[in-house]
Amino acid sequence: MDWTALFLSLRLACWTVIILLPVSVLMGRFLAYHDFRGKGLVEALVMLPLVLPPTVFGFYLLVAFGRNSPLGDLWQNLFGHQLVFTFQGLVVASVIFNLPFAIQPAQRGFEAIAPEVREAAACCGMSPLRSLWNVELPLAWPGVLTAMVLTFAHTLGEFGIVLMVGGSIPGETKTIAIAIYDRVQGFDDRGAAVMSAVLVAISLFTISVTYWLSSRIGRRLS
Amino acid sequence: MMALDVMAKAATPIPLDVSFRVNPGELLALVGHSGSGKTTLLRTIAGLWRPDVARVRVNGTTWLDTDARVNLAPHRRRVGLVFQNYALFPHMTAMQNVMAAMDQPDRHEAARILDLVNMHGLAGRRPAQLSGGQQQRVAVARALARQPQALLLDEPFSAVDRETRTKLYSEIIALRAHLKMPVVLVTHDVNEAQLLADRMVVIEKGQVVHSGTTAQVMADAGALRALGIRDVAAMLPATIREQLADGLTELDAATGPLYLPMIDGPPGMRVQVRIMAHDVILSRARPEGLSAQNILAGHVAQIVPGAGPGVMVHVMVGPHEILARISRRAADQMALQPGDPVHAILKTMSVARDHIAPAQVTQQTAPRA
Repeated sequence: MDWTALFLSLRLACWTVIILLPVSVLMGRFLAYHDFRGKGLVEALVMLPLVLPPTVFGFYLLVAFGRNSPLGDLWQNLFGHQLVFTFQGLVVASVIFNLPFAIQPAQRGFEAIAPEVREAAACCGMSPLRSLWNVELPLAWPGVLTAMVLTFAHTLGEFGIVLMVGGSIPGETKTIAIAIYDRVQGFDDRGAAVMSAVLVAISLFTISVTYWLSSRIGRRLS
Repeated sequence: MMALDVMAKAATPIPLDVSFRVNPGELLALVGHSGSGKTTLLRTIAGLWRPDVARVRVNGTTWLDTDARVNLAPHRRRVGLVFQNYALFPHMTAMQNVMAAMDQPDRHEAARILDLVNMHGLAGRRPAQLSGGQQQRVAVARALARQPQALLLDEPFSAVDRETRTKLYSEIIALRAHLKMPVVLVTHDVNEAQLLADRMVVIEKGQVVHSGTTAQVMADAGALRALGIRDVAAMLPATIREQLADGLTELDAATGPLYLPMIDGPPGMRVQVRIMAHDVILSRARPEGLSAQNILAGHVAQIVPGAGPGVMVHVMVGPHEILARISRRAADQMALQPGDPVHAILKTMSVARDHIAPAQVTQQTAPRA
């Protein structure tokens, strides 16, 4: 059992969730409430990582982050090291790759709030921020929670993009999914089986907890 | 003066060109068919919609003035809005819903307001656990908790059954004694407007067709066309005299007794009875051997010809005016002239229960048009 890889994966998943939580709420809310020209294109862009092969996506990220790219140079100047093949690089890739999981369920959550309820909040004297906190989040949170759990579980299981952007540096970019792949390559079927089972257990647990929570909330509101 | 002044002009989504004023404590009904623009006007007052050119002033404060580029956000306007489907916060109890509209959430004050709308004992329930009528009461309480400078009611009775509606009418009428601010009621129901409002503004296709007291509006041919001729009715004040054993209620009206289907209320209670013009029969002589129980003596005030085969006869019953829509042919045969004595005949069973409401505390005696 490669504990270092497991903890690296958990750390990556946690950072991804922390960064994507505000993005999920703000973007999901914005897309739910506003109609504008090009909204379809924005939504399509958000969903793109879902349909692109991780290799294609990873390739573009490599190009964008790599040496001699504006973003790569900027990072190099700011932090003194490269973005690719580092944990930070993995986090950035993971954040972008998880946008559809983070935004879509939250958007559906906010869309489910009746427009009159939001208007009622305003007519009750609530500023947009208070309305978000007192009315919208309490109603949309199952969507936001689903978004975060999906992001978390999906990050744990991500393979292709990690391999493309991060490589397989132990303790830096070697996640549990990569470790399993390594074990299989090295004919360590037992190690691969244990780690796979652990990954299945963690993912199943987080997703079941979400479903249980949202069904409880659903019952309370209906 | 805490009057509410509204002016709005827009080209879309519907052409709109309306202005009106509501005085403090006055209830103004915006009446019109769906799509006439009345809800849009309410949303303009609340700040949920901005017409091309508009001005909304309350109590000397400008909420919206497109010329002066003033446009307060909805949460900065002290407005109480009761939505058509109530729009209660589903995750909050009735009490929490009311407290959510307060500047300083105060449990005792919220309980007092809930008492005012007869919701004591149900403060801990969530909207999903309340009936439609109860939800409406919470929505009214929440709007009042905002301490609004204008109270706006958007078709607040359309989502409840007829029996509940009758009860809610009485409650709103009783509540009005506590309301000092201008109140605007949007409705497509002329009955509702007549029972509850001091004045009516009739809106059709975004334009004011007529405005004035109920009696004035009912005397206006243009307004009648907009409202629908079958909705024409007059309000007759009466006092409950006795509940009869056969299920009828005997009332004292200006020129004689009225027998109507059971009205809840003690003897001595003053009510208003809405009498539909097409339900009234006129007779020169006092008829006998007739099944109709209600025969009110009066005299013809005026006869207004309609566009079709009908005429509208305004009949003074004591100091009150009722309307009778009869055919031109009948009016000619009777040779009716203004000043002629007539008897207005009304079937007991033609008066629907929800056409009777307690008299307004601030009821204005409608001047004749």
